[in-house]
Amino acid sequence: MKAKHQRLILALAALVALVGAGLLAASALKDEAAYFYAPADVKTKGAEPGKAIRLGGMVVKGSLKRAADGITIHFDVTDGKATVPATFSGIAPDLFKEGSGVVAEGAFDAKGTFIATNLLAKHDERYMPRELEGMTYNETTHEMKADK
Amino acid sequence: MHRFANPARFLKIARPLTGWLFWSGLLLLLVGAACGLFVTPADYLQGQTVRILYIHVPAAWLGMGGWTGIAIAALMQLVWRHPLAAVAGRAIAAPGALFTAICLMTGSIWGRPTWGTWWEWDGRMTSMLVLFFLYLGYIALANASARQGQQGGVSNVTAIFGLVGAVNIPIINRSVVWWNSLHQGPSITLRGSSIDGSLLWPLGLTLLGFSLLFGAIVLMRMRAILAENKVEARMQRLARG
Repeated sequence: MKAKHQRLILALAALVALVGAGLLAASALKDEAAYFYAPADVKTKGAEPGKAIRLGGMVVKGSLKRAADGITIHFDVTDGKATVPATFSGIAPDLFKEGSGVVAEGAFDAKGTFIATNLLAKHDERYMPRELEGMTYNETTHEMKADK
Repeated sequence: MHRFANPARFLKIARPLTGWLFWSGLLLLLVGAACGLFVTPADYLQGQTVRILYIHVPAAWLGMGGWTGIAIAALMQLVWRHPLAAVAGRAIAAPGALFTAICLMTGSIWGRPTWGTWWEWDGRMTSMLVLFFLYLGYIALANASARQGQQGGVSNVTAIFGLVGAVNIPIINRSVVWWNSLHQGPSITLRGSSIDGSLLWPLGLTLLGFSLLFGAIVLMRMRAILAENKVEARMQRLARG
C-alpha cells in the first residue's frame, strides 16, 4: 500500500469519526439546545411554576384579548398538540399577531398561565407578496390556494 | 488535479479567469441587487425588510461554502500533498470569514424589526457565530505557520484544524431542523421553495454573482500568495549570495 493511500484512509476514517461524534453530540443536545419549549413539551414534562423558560408556538386565532389597562394582552399558544394560556404586559413586536408564530420568555404561574416578560415574533419559512396574503401554502404541492 | 501542481500552469489559467469571474460576478450582483431593491414586491408580513434576503442568503452560502472549500483543500494537502492546496486554503479563509460576518450582521439587522431582537442564542445563530470564530482561528494558525516559512503558509496542524472544523457545517445546516429555533426552517429544499417565485428570482442572480466574486477574490489571493512565496525564495537566494 502506498503512503498516499494510507494517508487517504486515515484522513477519511478520521473525518467519519469526527462527523459521527458531531452528530452524536448534536442529538444528545436535542433537548438542551432547544431554543424554546412547545406547549406539548410543557404538558408532557411539566413546567415548574416560577422557573424561567421560553415558550414557543402559534398564537391561536381568536384568542388574543386586550385587558382594560390597554397594555396587558391574553392569548393562547398552541403547537397543534397542546394549548396553553399566556399573558403579557408591554409592547409586542409588530409581527406578533393571531395565527403567527411567537416565542415568549417568562415563567408559568401556579395556575398554569404563562406570564411572559418578553415577546419575540417567530417568522416562518414562507415569503410571499402582499397580493397573495390570505392564501395558504400547500407544503406537498407547493401551491398557493385562497383561504375560504 | 496534479496538472495544476505547477504554479506556472495554474497562473496561466488563473490570470485571465480572475477578470472574467470578477466582472461577470459584479454585473450579476448589481443587477440582482437592483432588482431585489426596486422590482420585487414587498413581503406580506415583513414588508420591505425582506429585501435583506438577497444579501443574507448568499453570504450564508459562501460562509459555509468557504469552509467546505478549506476542508477539501486540507484533505488534498494532507493526502495528496498537492502544492497548491495550502495556498487555496489560506486564500479562502479571509473572504470566507468576511461573508460569515456579513451573514451575521445582515441577520441581526433583519432580526430586530422581524423578531424584535438583535441577537438570540438559538441553534442557527450560535453555530454560525462558531463558524466565524473557526475562521478567525484558522487565519491565526495559517499566519503563524506562514511566518515559520511553511510552503504556501498552511502547516499540517492548520489543515487538520480545517478538516475538524467541517463538522460544524452540517450542524449549521440542520440546526433549524433538529432543534426548536427562533430562526425559521429551510425555505428552499429539494421539494421546492416556500418563497414565492416573484420574490425568489433575484436571489439566483445575487447568489451566482457573489459566488463568482468569491471565486475571483480567492484566485487573486492565491496569486498574491504565490507571488509572495516567489519574492521570499528570491530574497533567500540573494541573501545566501
